[in-house]
Amino acid sequence: MQKLLNWVDERFPLTTSYKAHLSEYFAPRNFNFWYFFGSLALLVLVIQIVSGIFLTMHYKPDAAMAFASVEYIMRDVDWGWLIRYIHSTGASMFFVVVYLHMFRGLIYGSHRKPRELIWIFGVIIYLVLMGEAFMGYLLPWGQMSYWGAQVIVNLFATVPFIGGDLSEWIRGDYVIGDATLNRFFAFHVIALPLVLLGLVAAHLVALHEVGSNNPDGVEIKKLKGADGHPLDGIPFHPYYSVKDILGVVVFLMVFSAIVFFAPEMGGYFLEANNFIPADSLKTPPHIAPVWYFTPYYAILRAVPPILGSQFPGVAAMGVAVLIFFALPWLDRSPVKSIRYRGPKFKIALTLFVLAFIGLGILGVLPVTDLYTWISRVLSVVYFAFFLLMPWYTKHDSYKPVPERVTDK
Amino acid sequence: MSDISVDGSKRRFLVTMTSAVGGVAVLGVASPFVMSMMPSARAKAAGAPVEVDLSKVEPGMLIAEEWRGKPVWIVNRTKEMLDMLAKHDDKLTDPGSENTAQQPEYCKNPTRSIKPEYLIVVGICTHLGCSPTFRKELGPADLGADWPGGWFCPCHGSRFDLAARVFNGSPAPTNLVIPPHKYLSETKVLIGDDQGAAA
Repeated sequence: MQKLLNWVDERFPLTTSYKAHLSEYFAPRNFNFWYFFGSLALLVLVIQIVSGIFLTMHYKPDAAMAFASVEYIMRDVDWGWLIRYIHSTGASMFFVVVYLHMFRGLIYGSHRKPRELIWIFGVIIYLVLMGEAFMGYLLPWGQMSYWGAQVIVNLFATVPFIGGDLSEWIRGDYVIGDATLNRFFAFHVIALPLVLLGLVAAHLVALHEVGSNNPDGVEIKKLKGADGHPLDGIPFHPYYSVKDILGVVVFLMVFSAIVFFAPEMGGYFLEANNFIPADSLKTPPHIAPVWYFTPYYAILRAVPPILGSQFPGVAAMGVAVLIFFALPWLDRSPVKSIRYRGPKFKIALTLFVLAFIGLGILGVLPVTDLYTWISRVLSVVYFAFFLLMPWYTKHDSYKPVPERVTDK
Repeated sequence: MSDISVDGSKRRFLVTMTSAVGGVAVLGVASPFVMSMMPSARAKAAGAPVEVDLSKVEPGMLIAEEWRGKPVWIVNRTKEMLDMLAKHDDKLTDPGSENTAQQPEYCKNPTRSIKPEYLIVVGICTHLGCSPTFRKELGPADLGADWPGGWFCPCHGSRFDLAARVFNGSPAPTNLVIPPHKYLSETKVLIGDDQGAAA
């Protein structure tokens, strides 16, 4: 066995890579609950790729056949219902773990220097994931698939000057049609997953280069023991691989409960209107995107047209997502972790989370004057969290940061 | 080898030129792929005009026909409906149909139609492309007591009157589009082609 390993190691850095990324990758010893979600995101990615491969074996990316082929998977393919529900539940759970993972970064300052690139790769992953989810949602070719795609692609049509051509280029037709379905299938099953895998690799390589942040926001590499390893570091394997397995077990319990007992999640994971085949002549009476897009959808609806153009609303929605890129530079605080930050940041973060959830709720509700005004107020709070950050993080009060990680 | 001197500026020049020429090649090769995503010849040809018989549309009713994959509504407006149209000009964004992109010249009139009673309009909201719902009843509870009949878009709440003109405060920036059309006889209309009538 050892001889075989030697033979491989002379030709491929197997043992070196294993040590660098697992058995001798030193992670801070004080990881808590919030550190489950990175590895869980990786798990969901694997679940989506595997279940997706098996769905493509039966699915037909053709406007005349797509809806029926999904029903065929649900009724006639052995265990097809399970594979499809795993895939549809996985889509929503992907966003659950990614939102929690991003929140972790926010509270412990994981986006701060020297981890800006990890954060940027992460935000790109989030963007690609949104594209992947959006294109995947067209494939069942139900009423929500169709009209959701119609609305989102028309967002691009509002871009001044080139908008009309741009949206036709995306659709490949004057309305959402067979051409659109066919290309979204190509993007969903090949193009975006490849990009996603590359980005995840870059995210991890950058992380393992710099080293993980931790709930105290102190750099463990500053203090090293006689053996050259960080005093507050423990090898990822076995310590965190075992810890993450616990997270995986709990996560899979929740995941299975949804798959088996509530795959539609009361219409939030799979919308009722999507069980009606796409009809290009009739919009369902109430259309709303899937829950993970609703905060941005609420921002879109909150901005009124300016000078006869809808573009400002679309731009606001785009900026609401893209502004995450600027976060490492908007934050001027001398500390990373929320544990040593003052009240101003804590209040701002609380308001931001409430605004994000509030917008998410408003995004699924029908339009009324009252809701529009609430959306406007919450949109302002959302942007204020970012735009005022240089000010309130600079003038906040801070507690001293310890030299080493704490055990609380 | 070590005694051969390296001409740094020549090397930089060659690297720059190679990159530039390579970049042009990449753009050239990418363009057929990018252009392959535009609407195909078949999609373009599918925009053929549609002939509709108006006699089947009863007063106050709406029918939807498909043209270029989009719904086109034909509404037979009653006299009461037409009388309502002039009463809310102050609440409309473009009461006089001044935006020439939204209708052919021959429909730039108070009813936005060739024959006053028949409104022929593309049923796609000018906001983000949903198909608004026909709400012809007066003053329903959810739309307010002063609702004069028209369309309500379920996606983002845009409101249009029975000449498909947008009300102020809607997310939709413009009135709904009137397609080019032409009467072939008293009850037959050709949608999608006015055979040069606009010119």
